[in-house]
Amino acid sequence: MSQPTPSPIQAPGSAFWAGVRAQLPILLGTSPFGMIYGVLAVGAQLPFAAAQGMSALVFAGSAQFIATGLFGGGTPGPLIVLITFVVNLRHALYSASLAPHLRGLSARWRAVLAFLLTDEAYAVVITHAASAPPQDAGQTRRLGWYTLGAGLTLFVSWQISTALGALLGAAVPASWELDFTLALTFIALVIPALTDRPALASALVAGVTAVLARGLEFRLGLLVAAAAGIAAGLLAERVWPLAPVAEEGR
Amino acid sequence: MIGPNMTPLGIWLTILGMALVTFGTRASALLLIGEGELPLNVRRALRYVPPAVLTAIIFPALLAPDGPLDISLGNARLLAGIAAGLIAWRARSTLLAIGAGMLLLWGLRWLLGS
Repeated sequence: MSQPTPSPIQAPGSAFWAGVRAQLPILLGTSPFGMIYGVLAVGAQLPFAAAQGMSALVFAGSAQFIATGLFGGGTPGPLIVLITFVVNLRHALYSASLAPHLRGLSARWRAVLAFLLTDEAYAVVITHAASAPPQDAGQTRRLGWYTLGAGLTLFVSWQISTALGALLGAAVPASWELDFTLALTFIALVIPALTDRPALASALVAGVTAVLARGLEFRLGLLVAAAAGIAAGLLAERVWPLAPVAEEGR
Repeated sequence: MIGPNMTPLGIWLTILGMALVTFGTRASALLLIGEGELPLNVRRALRYVPPAVLTAIIFPALLAPDGPLDISLGNARLLAGIAAGLIAWRARSTLLAIGAGMLLLWGLRWLLGS
């Protein structure tokens, strides 16, 4: 990521647009997913308004995919809600990870940003926040605008792509494999986070665990792998203690 | 597919419930403990969330793209992903890594004839 470090003269508007720009490459990967969701939702005999309403109110790709299958299979509503909760538990990790950086914002601001906190927005925002942690109220506000820009960009494109999918059917041929751009984006985002040996150990253990646990239902493998990776990072700190400087920026 | 086994009201209540629990997970720390300082141990652990979560998404996508483990030269996504990682490391550019990774994937598919 070659993003400009927030400078004191950066206005809220430019922070917003920086967030939008950072999110744009990711749309290449999420838009085909949105279209496929639209196709599936209508195929599961959900009314168009409900298919679109789910995208607008829930705004969580993998949970929506799973829910369409459950709706189509006649699963009772409370069970669909419970499964959605389990699938989205990983967002609590993202929330805790961003909370220290956004602590200075008002509750209303934090509520809006929480609503927009998807996997993809988190990946972009935490990379930005970790490279230049906000030091004062002004920088915190600019990180808020940056997060809003990134989150809204994904929200708007998600609404458009799911509507197109529900209306037109699958417009992008699967043979283009555009879904792979998501994995490529995450690769480009994780590399700058591998700054020291504990971080590297954390990443490797999480990756291997995720491969081993990939058969678990409801994306639980991701939670298990994240927990294993965090534990590995903390253990590795005992072998390779972090420099005090690296500790300072958290 | 037998379709939703509920009334339109039931469908909307289910979607509202989904929205509430999703917002709950995302707002948990941001709203509840957003006011105060997080304990040092928690902050130390949170440092590893980005590398752990991102790699946990990346590894299965590269090593088992179709479900079963596939560590071979015939796995185009694995090769393209490794190349994109090297490019991201040397060039520090997201767009370059994505572009090169996709071109390589398409090139490999063409070469491997799949």
